[in-house]
Amino acid sequence: MITSLTNAPAGPHAKELAQRAANRRNAKVGRTVMVKVQRCDGPGKASRWETFKVTTERGMNVISALQQIAGNPVTTDGKKTTPVVWNSGCLEEVCGACTMVINGKVRQSCSCLLDDYAPNEGDTITLEPMSKFPIIRDLWVDRERLFHNLRRVKAWVPIDGTYNLGPGPREHPKDQEIRYKMSECMSCGCCLEACPQFNLEADESKWDTSFIGAHAINQARLFNMHATGKELAMERLDALMGPGGVSDCGNAQNCVKVCPKSIPLTESIAAMGRAVTLASFTKFFRS
Amino acid sequence: MAQRVIVVGGGLAGLAASVRIAEAGLSVDLFSLVPVKRSHSVCAQGGINACNEVARQQGYSEYEHFDETVYGGDFLADQHPVLEMANWAPRIIDLLDRMGVPFNRTSEGYRDLRLFGGSLFKRTHFAGATTGQQLLYALDEQTRRYESEGKVTKYEYWEFLGPVIHDGRAVGIVAQDLRTMQIRAFRADAVVMATGGCGLVYGKSTNSIICTGAAAARCYQAGAWYGNPEMIQVHPTAIPGSDKLRLMSESARGEGGRVWVPGIKQADGTWTKHPKTGADPKTIPANERYYFLEEKYPAYGNIVPRDIATREIFDICVNHGMGVAGENQVYLDLTHRDPDYLARKLGGILEIYEKFVGDDPKFTPMRIFPAVHYSMGGLWTQFTKGSYNPSEPRTKHKSGAAAPIQAAVGQGMAYGEINNMQTNVQGLYAFGEVNFAFHGANRLGANALLSCLFDGLFSGMSVVNYLKDGAPSKAPAEGLPSQPYDDSVKAEQNRVNALLNSVTPNAEPETNPYAIHKELGVEMTAACTVVKSEARLKQCLAKLGELKDRASRIRLGDNASWTNQTLSYARAVQDMLSVADAIAQGSIQRKESRGAHYRTDFPERDDAQFLKTTVARWDPASRGALIAFEEMDHTLIKPAARTYGKVDKTSKKPEPAASHT
Repeated sequence: MITSLTNAPAGPHAKELAQRAANRRNAKVGRTVMVKVQRCDGPGKASRWETFKVTTERGMNVISALQQIAGNPVTTDGKKTTPVVWNSGCLEEVCGACTMVINGKVRQSCSCLLDDYAPNEGDTITLEPMSKFPIIRDLWVDRERLFHNLRRVKAWVPIDGTYNLGPGPREHPKDQEIRYKMSECMSCGCCLEACPQFNLEADESKWDTSFIGAHAINQARLFNMHATGKELAMERLDALMGPGGVSDCGNAQNCVKVCPKSIPLTESIAAMGRAVTLASFTKFFRS
Repeated sequence: MAQRVIVVGGGLAGLAASVRIAEAGLSVDLFSLVPVKRSHSVCAQGGINACNEVARQQGYSEYEHFDETVYGGDFLADQHPVLEMANWAPRIIDLLDRMGVPFNRTSEGYRDLRLFGGSLFKRTHFAGATTGQQLLYALDEQTRRYESEGKVTKYEYWEFLGPVIHDGRAVGIVAQDLRTMQIRAFRADAVVMATGGCGLVYGKSTNSIICTGAAAARCYQAGAWYGNPEMIQVHPTAIPGSDKLRLMSESARGEGGRVWVPGIKQADGTWTKHPKTGADPKTIPANERYYFLEEKYPAYGNIVPRDIATREIFDICVNHGMGVAGENQVYLDLTHRDPDYLARKLGGILEIYEKFVGDDPKFTPMRIFPAVHYSMGGLWTQFTKGSYNPSEPRTKHKSGAAAPIQAAVGQGMAYGEINNMQTNVQGLYAFGEVNFAFHGANRLGANALLSCLFDGLFSGMSVVNYLKDGAPSKAPAEGLPSQPYDDSVKAEQNRVNALLNSVTPNAEPETNPYAIHKELGVEMTAACTVVKSEARLKQCLAKLGELKDRASRIRLGDNASWTNQTLSYARAVQDMLSVADAIAQGSIQRKESRGAHYRTDFPERDDAQFLKTTVARWDPASRGALIAFEEMDHTLIKPAARTYGKVDKTSKKPEPAASHT
């Protein structure tokens, strides 16, 4: 929501946002921007940098810059190369596909405007693949582990099947608002890229004991809040109790800063941390 | 190997089908170009329609929902399937509610409802501004549950290359792993296509980058019929972008937005192009702003119904060349309104504009243009009529009147019949947007999510029964000879090899896939969207002929044998041309105006000749469509004139717009 009526942005990123808005006002259509891309032909292959010249159009984002390059992929050295490989989908920042590291910061490339990041003639914008997931090619990485971790926490409501059994549980609008916010997570992986505890792990057998990540902890909380979802609450807490669980969080709080949907990830981590502690006491005294 | 079903596409329709079929105990192989959670269904914002208790007690009914949908579609939809969909809608909402979708709530904790186009009752359920995303996530979660139990196997980043057809029956598919580029055949006893729309045929649209229509095109070229290809919905207000056109809600006009272009008024009262059309809009004086909607429709001004708004904006830009900066765009101006008011009423949607364009619409006029949004047409499918068969069709339902029937399962379509939503190819089903059923010539807002879910949940059982009682029960796919599979793989491999061998260091526009796609989009947008005419469509067919020829000689710029996106893209461009051809041919031969299809040379609806389904059959010899008009089912409601949208000079209030998102 727009909370301020002036052009001046507020909040923790105010300075950065104000700078971008200023950039945008000064940027001229038709200027040349250098797009520097970290490229890699496939898993195990060496990376290299290639720089392309892009002529800006009105409202141009990183996706359309890459599309322009794809039509005629020639580097600034005049070398003919292949179109850059990257992942994208909705281009509206709701699918999470086009996440990459832009000028050192992870974000969606569809909502990244060249005017914000490279406002002057000859400015460079740098694109790198996310570093916490195995590379497929160029800017495309394999985020399967992210979905795997949703299975670890059983991120679903265990319904009795698709038969017609009437409505679901009634819910107070305040609870709905909290759940809706948490449910907007598009599994983009920004929180994982920024997390010091979440590291590249190519060996799938280690996924179950490596840090599960803020996104999955948030989903565990989301489903533990739901009247039917609660049915699996203990199993979710079990998954968060073991190695790679919620106690592996180092409280760097980077996740919440990079989340494009402003999901209260640190609140979710704190809530699940408390729930896990409580559950382990209960377990201890029962055993 | 037990009996298996292949589902192609992991959006709402594909996931609903997967869950339903897996629940019935069959193994599902789910193919998707992207991780299913990133499917295009996430883009649906507005909501999902269903009769509900509040509306019911005010006089609404499933029957009225059915009537609205048929009427909204200008009577081009077969009526029995629409009736069944409307009857099922409330139970679909209940099911998704049980799955945990965070539907907006009333203060008492019931599901909240909003008013949407095409109805006088609140019947649209919603979850914030991302209903499609939330519905998709619920099904993604249920699918993940079945995946954990080993009942669903996902093949994400696999591209469908074509059905394997043996003895006239779909017995599997050929697909390619977009990472390793491996091509292989997969056996299945039935194949469900749930691959969405074809917006990319128009270059840029409101669709996701994966909505090429190529999967449907591959089925069509393999013998599946394509129904009502010419019925393409255009949304009047979208944000132009160099990569895609993002939706701008109609509520911006509702809140006082004024549509104009810079212009110079001549002595005779006509307007001509402004010499400084691209100048900062704030510097254009009031008398050089052409508020063309207000001038042409003094009673309604900017809040004319969406089809009129769409046509007028299109006319100003395309026919008169008066678009802002000479481009296809006009101003949608809210800057005369109090920014405080705007922030309160339109905050969320204005934020989207600012995010992607960089300008704050509270202080700078927005630039907008109509955009291709939804394909009512798609693969042609069959159905078995249900139990409700009045001796003659009833007249149009009066809103709020008692429904002639109380909704019950099986009135519209016979539940579980194996031909429901099956294409003309046995064992090949089409669910969701790729299915031509339900929306006729125009889709009502918030009915798209419903039709996706309905197909998966209702006709999923038809697939199950087909395996149990149909051809696969006698000759399961696992026992078939390997030759049809091997042949299909070989054919696709040959196609890939030819494309890879075409690689050239010099990407001439003549044979460059990006250039061909761009020209295709420009041509289709100009000829086959808002305003069509025989002369222009003939020109379009000539252009398509040229593009087909160039596409047959397409040359790639990348011969990588690993993760070659250019290959996949070029192949899709080639296949999109067959859908484009069907759209253009259908448009030429439907010599009337109906719903989204508007012909300047035939501006009236012509039920005598064209109350029929357009069926496009692929002709391998001409590599184009053979069009026929087939009888359809209008046995429940008598076609009536579709009047909303007509300016009623006696009233200040327009009818609700036909669709919102």
